[in-house]
Amino acid sequence: MAEVTAHITGTVWKIECKVGQQVNAGDTLVILESMKMEMPVEATDSGLVTEIRCAEAQSVNEGDVLIVLG
Amino acid sequence: MFKKILVANRGEIARRIITVARGMGMQTVAVYSDADAELPFVKDADEAVRLGPAPAKDSYLNVAALLEAAKKTKAEAIHPGYGFISENADFAKTIADNGIVFVGPPPEAMARMKDKSEARRLVAEAGVPIVPGSRDTIPDVSTALAEAERIGYPVLCKAAGGGGGIGMAVANTAAELERVFRACVDRARAAFSRDTVYLERYFPAPRHLEVQILGDLKGHTIHLLERECSIQRRHQKVVEEAGSPLFLEGQHADVREHLFAAGLKAARAFGYANAGTVEFLYSDGQVYFIEMNARLQVEHPVTELTTGVDLIAWQFRIAAGESLTLRQNEIARNGHALEFRIYAEDPVKFFPSPGPLKVFRAPTGPGVRLDAGYAEGNTVTPHYDPLIAKLIISGDTRAATIARAKEALANLRIEGIKQNVPLHLRILESEAFIEGRIDTKFLEHHAKP
Repeated sequence: MAEVTAHITGTVWKIECKVGQQVNAGDTLVILESMKMEMPVEATDSGLVTEIRCAEAQSVNEGDVLIVLG
Repeated sequence: MFKKILVANRGEIARRIITVARGMGMQTVAVYSDADAELPFVKDADEAVRLGPAPAKDSYLNVAALLEAAKKTKAEAIHPGYGFISENADFAKTIADNGIVFVGPPPEAMARMKDKSEARRLVAEAGVPIVPGSRDTIPDVSTALAEAERIGYPVLCKAAGGGGGIGMAVANTAAELERVFRACVDRARAAFSRDTVYLERYFPAPRHLEVQILGDLKGHTIHLLERECSIQRRHQKVVEEAGSPLFLEGQHADVREHLFAAGLKAARAFGYANAGTVEFLYSDGQVYFIEMNARLQVEHPVTELTTGVDLIAWQFRIAAGESLTLRQNEIARNGHALEFRIYAEDPVKFFPSPGPLKVFRAPTGPGVRLDAGYAEGNTVTPHYDPLIAKLIISGDTRAATIARAKEALANLRIEGIKQNVPLHLRILESEAFIEGRIDTKFLEHHAKP
């Protein structure tokens, strides 16, 4: 199991994956927005998306878990 | 002159405008979002009006709330600063219809400049050299591929109506262009509610030069020499200077004269009045028009410090209908100035870094000025751009200014967030910077940690 965390403080602009989806390391899972900049959050490992712990337009802090990969 | 003005902006530029307006005897009104209620610009003004929640669309871009604030406080004019509603011709027209003066160019000139492909056509007709590019906006992928063949790769795909690097991407090959074109259209639609994009030749490592313009409503237009803003990350400026190292000690005098003439021609082609900036790329001895910005630039202080002209004061006078009494032959450069944008961001990866400013102490000394939007104890929120302050250094020569800048940056203390002072110090240590050999790829080539 791998937890994918926010690398910056900001808001969730787009969620680019679905629960049950197979992803590869490097795939964009979530796009965060902070200070007028969009920052993609990428999968650190390959795996199955088992949980999405954020919602679009939600504020997140650096280090918050956004996606759980199984 | 106006009795009372409203500043439709935030942070350092709101403070700077308020200071100038007060110095000219005007009453000042600040407007703010919920995220900014504690910031210094709100307290600097004589009055302050809340616009709405933090997101810009609910506050600093909220035309109805801005108009209501101006009416309620009986402000006679609105200064838009830069960004937000500063280049919104509809806003300028809306407030004019309500008897409030927009401190900026006429709405018709703004509209002409806003559409970049239209702007290119207009200035090219006036004899200003432009970057080779598509004649019109590009309707589909097959047209994009045909146009790119004609222009020559690499090509830059840009959103008409964009700015600040939003919606831009480079394609080196036809295969890349197909992908980049589609992405660019999507971004243009999302960001600017229109899906028009155009192509132009991409120069891998040009210099970015710009000409400051001032003009009055009676057609008297002058330039206030050049600025160089080649040091950029993600198409956004990081360090700016006046004058350009390209022209130090009388070098490239022919290019310089050509640049000024082209800047004036472009401004006149747009029917420009008030303060504006014409941006150019310089590559292999040639200058090419990029765009004209219908507003005050972030980096305007380096021009003010080296020419002695207060651009914001002139913006107010011109907006109030006064004549520009400065003559071209009165404009001369005295000394050198550098501006360092202090961003709340990681100095290596350039990731945004909002958070609390636990310590924020400005350096002091001759030729050292810090235009800060925040004070110690404030929080930098993720809602707006990462600029927290501008450190502006002036001196007799470029070398003396660099030496002074190193000292000032070393004495600028910021704790609580990541910020880019270490990046600025690396830039100042670079031999290429010291020798004035800079271009828009400088940070990738010379300022790695």
